[in-house]
Amino acid sequence: MRKLNITKILTVVCLVGFMAFLPAAGAEEYEYIDISNPFLRKIPTAIPRFKNMSENKKGEVLSVKLADSLSKTLAFTGYFKMLDRGAFLADPRNPDITATRINFRNWTVIGSELLLTGGVAADDDYIELELRMFDTFQEKMIIGKRYKGRESNLRQIIQRFCGEVMFHLTGTRGVFNSRVAFVNAEGGVKEIFISEFDGYNPRQFTTNSDLSLFPAWSSDAKWLAYTSYARGKPDLYIMNIKEKNGAVVTRKGILITPAWVPGKFELAATLSFSGDQEIYLLTGRGKIIKRLTTSRGIDVEPTWSPDGKKMAFVSKRSGTPQIYIKNVVSGRVRRLTFEGRYNTQPNWSPRGDSIVFSTMQLGRIDIYTIGVDGKDLRRLTEDQGDNEAPSWSPDGSLIVFSSNREGISKIYVMTAFGTDQRRLISLPGAQTSPKWSPNIANQ
Amino acid sequence: MRKKLWIYLALLVVIPGLMFTVSCAKKVTQAEPSAEETAVEPEVDTAARIAEEQAAQEEAARQWEMAAEEDIEEQRQAEDAAKEAEMQQDMAAAKQMFENEDIYFDFDSSALEMMATEVLKRKADWLFETADASIIIEGHCDARGTEAYNIALGDRRAESAKAFLVDIGVDESRLTSISYGEERPVDPEANAEAWAKNRRVHFVIE
Repeated sequence: MRKLNITKILTVVCLVGFMAFLPAAGAEEYEYIDISNPFLRKIPTAIPRFKNMSENKKGEVLSVKLADSLSKTLAFTGYFKMLDRGAFLADPRNPDITATRINFRNWTVIGSELLLTGGVAADDDYIELELRMFDTFQEKMIIGKRYKGRESNLRQIIQRFCGEVMFHLTGTRGVFNSRVAFVNAEGGVKEIFISEFDGYNPRQFTTNSDLSLFPAWSSDAKWLAYTSYARGKPDLYIMNIKEKNGAVVTRKGILITPAWVPGKFELAATLSFSGDQEIYLLTGRGKIIKRLTTSRGIDVEPTWSPDGKKMAFVSKRSGTPQIYIKNVVSGRVRRLTFEGRYNTQPNWSPRGDSIVFSTMQLGRIDIYTIGVDGKDLRRLTEDQGDNEAPSWSPDGSLIVFSSNREGISKIYVMTAFGTDQRRLISLPGAQTSPKWSPNIANQ
Repeated sequence: MRKKLWIYLALLVVIPGLMFTVSCAKKVTQAEPSAEETAVEPEVDTAARIAEEQAAQEEAARQWEMAAEEDIEEQRQAEDAAKEAEMQQDMAAAKQMFENEDIYFDFDSSALEMMATEVLKRKADWLFETADASIIIEGHCDARGTEAYNIALGDRRAESAKAFLVDIGVDESRLTSISYGEERPVDPEANAEAWAKNRRVHFVIE
């Protein structure tokens, strides 16, 4: 309750801030980032330490800490090349943070195309932040925001501003309001955990002391469906994340790989009560609406197009596991993958145009993307152990996956083009099956 | 007339004679018991002793017999126990074999090999003999391939085994199948030998 109130206060404060610092007109005109491959050229960006406007010790500490936090959060997206503060020409002791005072030549000369400045004023209870983004060549402010909150809100404030930055550069608010669910294995027990988008604060979600697998987020990010052996066999659990209650769907055979239909309280999952592993459409309460696949043999791992009209899935109908796309409106099914003999784990991009999946070849598993039209097959991982279970970020710019490149399986993240591969979660034990959530409203 | 007289005379002689004879006979019969009494007394004594001896002998014999019987009973019980133990051992062995003998599969396959069908026939025999037993048929995969697909594949493997048992007459209600995919390897090593061991259907008695 308390947190909710603070969030409300924060929201109000942010709205006030928004009005106080109207962005420079025509910011949307700029084409900063080439969506086709934004990672080929990262934007050189400078974030000097913030100005301490309260001139107390707390402000002093925060002026560095928050600048670092802003830098790290933005760098996570893979879009930016953060310039080394040691190379800055401006006086780090007394940074200029407003357009009228900034000498833009100091920044263009070191190659910085974007400049982000901050001012921080801290008293015992509250912290006020002014954050701005400038186009150094155009010499103008693109975004200006003022925030006020408690120290516990700072991470959220920085993320909110980063969302603004991404919105101005790419047209979407990025991944900062999202989370990652994954499976954590320790001592034969697999539990589902949920962390922030950047791996921060991983928390245990299931407590079944058994096998819990295949987490799947509803498109409002309020529900998590997964498979658990808590009752002795693989059943389907559909849980409200906040309330921690919901439905357990149990039938003869397996109930695995749930995937929520975008915008609906419905999900597809593989059930085998008929003796054959087929994909069914279920209500969020677990009632079968209809059967979606009809071929003999394994049909698993459904994933939905953003409009909910098509479903990609894995089928063994041609003899080896391959990815197919079914138009659930027309009923037409077509095969998507033809290369390789073991293509599984498809995940449809929230941008709609591409599907990420894994291929096993010569005993090694690697991640590829393929256009929904079957063209433009791209390999994203290579020569670094097995790389599995890819899942798109809500803006379609990043992919989270698991890899055993360092020995035990851990969770990693990379850009949609396979660049900037790095570890996301630092927990002991093995982590697998990551699923990136949609952006969470009113976090 | 004289003839009549002779007859009367004769009668007079015969009747008292007859009467005498009768009385005499009476006397003899009366005398005999008294003579017997004196003579039998010692004889009764002997008979009792004999009877006693006989009873003792019989008792001894019976006792011996009982002892023998008890021995035999003990022996029988021992034999029975041994037989029982043996039977239980056999049953335990059969049970153990039932639970220890897995069937194996090719990579990405749920087709039953010749060897697997032989094993399954033995499973069916045991199930026919052990009419009250229900079993769990566990499908497993090796670590290669991906998790979800492997749970589906393990499900198919368990279903293949189950369908075979049902086909040869095992009541389906006694069979429950479950897939663990690649979650429960018997050999966690990452080599061909371990993978072959892990691609299995395992049987557990409920």
